[in-house]
Amino acid sequence: MPDDVILETKGLTKEFKGFVAVQNVSLSVRRGSIHALIGPNGAGKTTCFNLLSHFLEPTRGQILYNGREITGLSPAGIARMGLVRSFQISAVFPHLTVLDNVRIALQRKRGGSFDFWRAGGVLDELNAKARELIESVGLAELESAAAVELPYGRKRALEIATTLALDPEMMLLDEPTAGMAQQDVERISALIKKAAVSRTVLMVEHNLSVVEHLSDRITVLQRGEILAEGDYKTVSANPEVIQAYLGAGHG
Amino acid sequence: MPRSQKIALGVMAAFFLLAPLVVYPVFLMKAMCFALFACAFNLLIGFGGLLSFGHAMFLGTAGYGAAHAAKVWGFPPEFAILFGTAAAALLGLVTGLLAIRRQGIYFAMITLALAQMMYFFYLQAAFTHGEDGIQAVPRGMLFGFIDLANVWAMYSTVFAIFMAGFLLIYRVIHSPFGQVLKAIRENEQRAISLGYDVDRYKLLAYLLSATLAGVAGATKTLVFQLASLTDAHWSMSGEVVLMTLLGGLGTVFGPVAGALIIISLENYLAQLGAWVTIVQGVIFVICVLTFRRGVIGEIGNWLRKPL
Repeated sequence: MPDDVILETKGLTKEFKGFVAVQNVSLSVRRGSIHALIGPNGAGKTTCFNLLSHFLEPTRGQILYNGREITGLSPAGIARMGLVRSFQISAVFPHLTVLDNVRIALQRKRGGSFDFWRAGGVLDELNAKARELIESVGLAELESAAAVELPYGRKRALEIATTLALDPEMMLLDEPTAGMAQQDVERISALIKKAAVSRTVLMVEHNLSVVEHLSDRITVLQRGEILAEGDYKTVSANPEVIQAYLGAGHG
Repeated sequence: MPRSQKIALGVMAAFFLLAPLVVYPVFLMKAMCFALFACAFNLLIGFGGLLSFGHAMFLGTAGYGAAHAAKVWGFPPEFAILFGTAAAALLGLVTGLLAIRRQGIYFAMITLALAQMMYFFYLQAAFTHGEDGIQAVPRGMLFGFIDLANVWAMYSTVFAIFMAGFLLIYRVIHSPFGQVLKAIRENEQRAISLGYDVDRYKLLAYLLSATLAGVAGATKTLVFQLASLTDAHWSMSGEVVLMTLLGGLGTVFGPVAGALIIISLENYLAQLGAWVTIVQGVIFVICVLTFRRGVIGEIGNWLRKPL
């Protein structure tokens, strides 16, 4: 079903005092696709992203996930529904080991996390699955290192492993390759591609070659509004998009 | 439990078992009560990342509760302690629901404000006898046959309560719940994005911390046969912060060492009068400037072992 929509927004608007960051954005993301949200600086991408992940509350508009309105739910609540976000600054638990980072996510699916009287050993049953995930992002030899000691690109890989541990139906990625060296960009792109095989991905991304390489569909935002939408070819040929990006150093 | 911690546990237990042979037992009982209080406090800040500046309200409330139950209602000591603890737990639930809605300095200020409210309530309420406190609280017969008027019976009881409380806290820290708590301390936003309702975890941590602080307060009241305003005063909330920082925030044994050091200072420097506060202040400054991990934290770091 190519037109099966997993996430939809209707008239999504966010106003800060005297300033409209996101205006009347109606977006639909198809199930199983990689959808990119791009735009010049200050276009409202991150605000839009925070609205979708419920870290901000919209001034107006609706968000529908699998046809169900999720607009007022808590961020933790939508995460439990299978809509899991990442962060622009790598989001790891710095002083926990790589293994423990992934286990925290697996533990949430396992349940029983209020059991303060139980020994931590009950969580060892999660180790095999955690190691499998760590291995899949190429961190196998680093499982007992503290996350804070990992280089930046590896932290992002760990973050992806942690997100995948939740087996989310849909992933929201906030600039997954921001601030990365080229070889890391390739590694992370490959990981996203692999993760997206059985799920939907919506990402905000600056790196246009990553966008071109990964995304099935692109939405361009400018000054809080949708400027254009389509696949990379259509969007990159759009004169308004070229205009918006001129001077920003991108093609 | 790693070997380093097993050894430390052995050393700690041996110390509290052997020290009364050479040190005044009432002093050691006081130290154990404060050690438990500091451990309870450390559970909240060291592992949950929440700095409460009102923990004296739990110590004081449990103290008054236990004293009133034992003296006026004639409760046996085990039920007096339970009643005092339950009172602290209830207060923990109510204040926790209010306080955990905010973070950082706001959380600290809310807890301080609530603790001040409790202090003024205890200052005014008739049953606390104001400045006099509830005096001559009977220690009674534990389980109906152990006479706590005997100092060794009392000492063993305090030791048992302290060790049980300490081990319970150890268990909590290393439980599935403790893992989530550490994750929230490390990166709250990420914990939310993984689907954890962090407020509920914080509330449980706060409640556990309040309850265990209550155990310490109720026990202390039976030791001294006194419940007074000192335990509910804001300076007590400050003292427990000092103990925990000095011993080592987020370490398992640090609060015990910190409590021992502070209580010893107060005890042995008592003849200096008001200067004790200044000595404490100097120690605090030195600690923050030169060994920020605290005594136990620095030792653990030096040994490269968890303590």
